[in-house]
Amino acid sequence: MKLEGKSALVTGASRGLGAALARRLAERGARVVGVARGREALEAVVESIRGEGHEAHALVADLGDKSVIHRLAGAAAELAGPVDLLIHNASELGPTPLRLLLDTECEDLLRVLEVNLLGPFRLTKVVAGSMALCGGGLVVHLSSDAAVNAYPTWGAYSVSKASLDHLTRLWAVELAELGVRVLSVDPGDMDTAMHAAAIPDADPSELADPRVVAARLVELIENNDGLESGSRIELAAFKGAA
Amino acid sequence: MKAASWPRDDPASGRLLVVDAAAPAMRDAELPDLPAQLEPGDLLVVNDAATLPASLAGKTASGQPVELRLARALGGGAFQAVAFGAGDWRMPTEHRAAPPALHEGDHIRFDAALHASVTEIDDDEPRLVTLRFDERCDALWQALYAVGRPVQYAYLRAPLSLWHAQSRFASRPWSFEAPSAGLPLSWQLLLAVRRRGVALAAITHAAGLSSTGSASLDARLPLPERYEVPGTTAAAVRRTREAGGRVVAVGTTVVRALESQARRSGSVFDAGRGEATLLLGPGCRRRVVDALLTGLHEPGTSHFPLLEAFAPRAVLERSLEHAALDGYLLHEFGDSMLLFAS
Repeated sequence: MKLEGKSALVTGASRGLGAALARRLAERGARVVGVARGREALEAVVESIRGEGHEAHALVADLGDKSVIHRLAGAAAELAGPVDLLIHNASELGPTPLRLLLDTECEDLLRVLEVNLLGPFRLTKVVAGSMALCGGGLVVHLSSDAAVNAYPTWGAYSVSKASLDHLTRLWAVELAELGVRVLSVDPGDMDTAMHAAAIPDADPSELADPRVVAARLVELIENNDGLESGSRIELAAFKGAA
Repeated sequence: MKAASWPRDDPASGRLLVVDAAAPAMRDAELPDLPAQLEPGDLLVVNDAATLPASLAGKTASGQPVELRLARALGGGAFQAVAFGAGDWRMPTEHRAAPPALHEGDHIRFDAALHASVTEIDDDEPRLVTLRFDERCDALWQALYAVGRPVQYAYLRAPLSLWHAQSRFASRPWSFEAPSAGLPLSWQLLLAVRRRGVALAAITHAAGLSSTGSASLDARLPLPERYEVPGTTAAAVRRTREAGGRVVAVGTTVVRALESQARRSGSVFDAGRGEATLLLGPGCRRRVVDALLTGLHEPGTSHFPLLEAFAPRAVLERSLEHAALDGYLLHEFGDSMLLFAS
């Protein structure tokens, strides 16, 4: 996918990987719309991207809230053009310290599913129809190794990411004849606020810099034609442009 | 005829009255029969405009409540808008109180995050004003979506949410009321149309307000409506016509966009954007569109004259009489008619 002039929507864009992705996509010529809950942090990211001469917009929203979805999709399409690239990066870990399923409140599981699974479903549902009519588009779900491994205490997050991976496969088969592609990408462990909340005693020096991961992920997006729609990709194993 | 009072759970479960103005003939069908009514090589063109929450409740500087319905985007944060006075969605627009007198320079506050100035009043219609919002860009669009509600209809049983007014392929929010002919098109139905060998294409057209509360202003509808015909759609239209297929418009807005663009193009139908001012009516020659999928519109409504560019009035009246007797439902969430031109 050539990013120059494309409209890209990135959720969870106020910090960590999402902020780095928004910046990298804008550097590659995309017209970026960043979405996050925290206005101040999001606007700071967007201002800094604009300061470098690139196009970026900020929309403040909680993706766990059904009522914001059409507002977001409409405002994004108005500000940056019909969305060509949709990156579901926003994630909710659930209460920390992480806890056993036996200690997990149903409401906490629901909240994680609202943000990590229903939010992406709802947003893709309102964006992919127009992508299909425009002849194509790409949807990327940010996954995790917790989607495939059963780590104790990671239950709510883990089940949401496993569901998201399967949602990737289902969207892919249903959208195949309409030219819309869907990928799941596991970015690996990164030095982010979310990682610190989940594993406070991790050594940051052993974790990847989100800016480096964002650059690799954007390279993958620019060269995604060879990847089968619906597949789950571990970014660390991605070989880069052929 | 009775109006549909609420969106259907399954939008594609409505009825379809097929009218062939050439025969003339009509028959009753269901929406899932739509693909069978089309032929391989035909082209179905939809309007992909999303619907804005175009109804904004605000207060004048002196504290008087006023509803402004956005009606036309002028660029740079400016819109033409129609002002309404006291009353709510349950009240037909023509029964609403007159809006408070607005003057150039008046300031209207919609919310802590959304403000506008009145920059112009129409010479003939004091309720038709130009508003310029103080906010711009991200802040404007975020506030518009936070404050606005979709335009409501008195014949519905409850107020609409924003999602009720969106088609399943909505993109840029250009429409002020839903381009409703596309609302029944589920993707199941669109895929069935494609599998029949019928191509799909989109234009974007700013569907305008359907009623203003003023008979004289209603008579000026539709106001100029911006549209865009992208290159891929222009090419699909050319291919279809060259190969002898039919161009089927979903909704009167698609007819206006394609026919306006046809008049703006040279001898070859071309991509383009602009404001549609064309009013089609009886005796108008259509240059591009051969058939129309539409909701049911009665004589006297603003859509009706456009239908007369497809079929003689007598054929339309007979079809609508049959629809009324047979219990077809009117308006935004009602049944559909597929009208092949004479």
